[in-house]
Amino acid sequence: MKAAGIVAVAVFRESVRDKVFYNLVLFAVLLVGASILIGQLTAGQDVKIIKDLGLTATSVFGLFIAIFVGISLVSKEVDRRSVYPLLAKPIRRSELIAGKYAGLLLTLLVNTIVMTVALYGVLFFLARGVPENVQRAWDTPALDPALLKAIALIYVDVAVVTAVALFFSSYSSPMLSAVFTLGVYLVGQFNADLKRFDQIVDAPAAIYLARAAYYVLPDFARFDVKLAVVHGIPVTPGYMAASALYALAYIAALLLGAMAIFSRRDFK
Amino acid sequence: MTPGSSSPGSLPPDAAPELKLRPTSHVGRSLSSDARRGLTVAAAVLCLGAAVGVRAAGDRWAPAPNVDVPGLLYVRSPAVARRAALGYAGTAADLYWIRTLQHFGQERLSPPGHVRTYALLYPLLDLTTTLDPYFSIAYRFGAIFLGEPFPDGPGRPDLAIALLKKGLAAQPAKWQYMQDLGFVYYWHLRDYKAAADAFQRASEMPGAPSWLRPLAAVTLAEGGHRTASRAMWEQLAQAEEEWLRGSATQRLAQLDAMDIMDAWRRARAAGARPAVPLDPSGTPFDVDPATGDLVVARTSRLFPMPGQLQVPR
Repeated sequence: MKAAGIVAVAVFRESVRDKVFYNLVLFAVLLVGASILIGQLTAGQDVKIIKDLGLTATSVFGLFIAIFVGISLVSKEVDRRSVYPLLAKPIRRSELIAGKYAGLLLTLLVNTIVMTVALYGVLFFLARGVPENVQRAWDTPALDPALLKAIALIYVDVAVVTAVALFFSSYSSPMLSAVFTLGVYLVGQFNADLKRFDQIVDAPAAIYLARAAYYVLPDFARFDVKLAVVHGIPVTPGYMAASALYALAYIAALLLGAMAIFSRRDFK
Repeated sequence: MTPGSSSPGSLPPDAAPELKLRPTSHVGRSLSSDARRGLTVAAAVLCLGAAVGVRAAGDRWAPAPNVDVPGLLYVRSPAVARRAALGYAGTAADLYWIRTLQHFGQERLSPPGHVRTYALLYPLLDLTTTLDPYFSIAYRFGAIFLGEPFPDGPGRPDLAIALLKKGLAAQPAKWQYMQDLGFVYYWHLRDYKAAADAFQRASEMPGAPSWLRPLAAVTLAEGGHRTASRAMWEQLAQAEEEWLRGSATQRLAQLDAMDIMDAWRRARAAGARPAVPLDPSGTPFDVDPATGDLVVARTSRLFPMPGQLQVPR
């Protein structure tokens, strides 16, 4: 496990070198710019819209990093042939996969934390000076701690996407891995429809296939509680725990699959 | 290396002089490359400046043809919009809400030659509230926009009611939607029984303010009377929402204008010849040549008064 830790730190350092965190500048500019403009455009809905925008940007930036960095985690080592000296060291292939995943997860964690602080900062400045009776008319307070629930599930969401990207990247080219990962993400958004396939199709085989796909494909819609949190609709600790557990099981399955594929891969 | 021999990559001594590399000092080479980079940047800035100049000149001397086309709404199906938004329905709803405000504002402030249709108002509100079923300001503001008489709005209280009922389906305990429903019945449709019923039901919802119950009773008892209307708007003028306070202030000013118009009519009936007064916004009333009564001028902030214009359907 020590070897995996070293790989993880190396991946994090590489992300810093590759200027992955530049997206934070864009995030900050987007939020600050929007907070200035939105007050003129939205008839007193600035706090709600900044919350929506902040959560959306956190999710979108995280997804882009998860997909486009995740797909190159393994393939870059193979293309640069740095995988040969790496595997000649006392490190198992499974440790390499685990380390790569943990390193990107660490990058995403730092990214998400900074974005969260920036979002709360902008919300603090927006709410400052707003009379208390106006604030009472808002669905939720500006600095609502429940926002952290949505952000936590966004992080879980991108952790699953990273695992999907790493899984495909363990045997496929970056381009195909990106296409596959995006495809799985999109299908995962409409996962619930697969369960109701019998309402539009009569063929039993197709219905069973759709039902199987419903259970096997990741349910990304489960991790989306942005709307609920912004409107103060309760998200129970039970739901959070069940979603985290589901993600954990799914990530473990994908990582073990990636390890199995990578351990049999021939680099000759 | 012997004299006359050449290193790999360099030209032989008998090569044409113009092809030979000139020995340059490191500093000389660096300056030349800096100068080249500077020239490239300057050329890029110059080209951008030219593009800006051509654009500005085009706007001034060759403007685009002024075609008054109705706004386009590419996605009309709320169900499709909800799917296309993936997990970002909240942000998509915000964008449609901003578009709703722009559409309403553009139509309302359009020049006299433009035919105001507010054609996209309800579709945009429907999209917004389907994408985010808890977007309360879209229901409440939207109902005000839709109910507003023409030309300041589409004059569609029926659609305002449909929108508020959609909101109540999403949040059945939201007393504010039921209260707004009562106002639409009272103010735009003059259906005092339905208004009183809506106020009564709103007053029974959790968290409803205590003044809603007497308001229901007053509305039923004095349906159509200005006293009930004034009581209603005075309560709303103390609401927490700034936009609701603004709307209530406008309605109270309209009620004051009605009082002035009635007093003027009574004075004329008694044989007096009073001067044309100012309305509460400070604009002189017009005199209707057909009836001789006062009407609020079209230039007044209070125009149109309830029922002052025919509503287009």
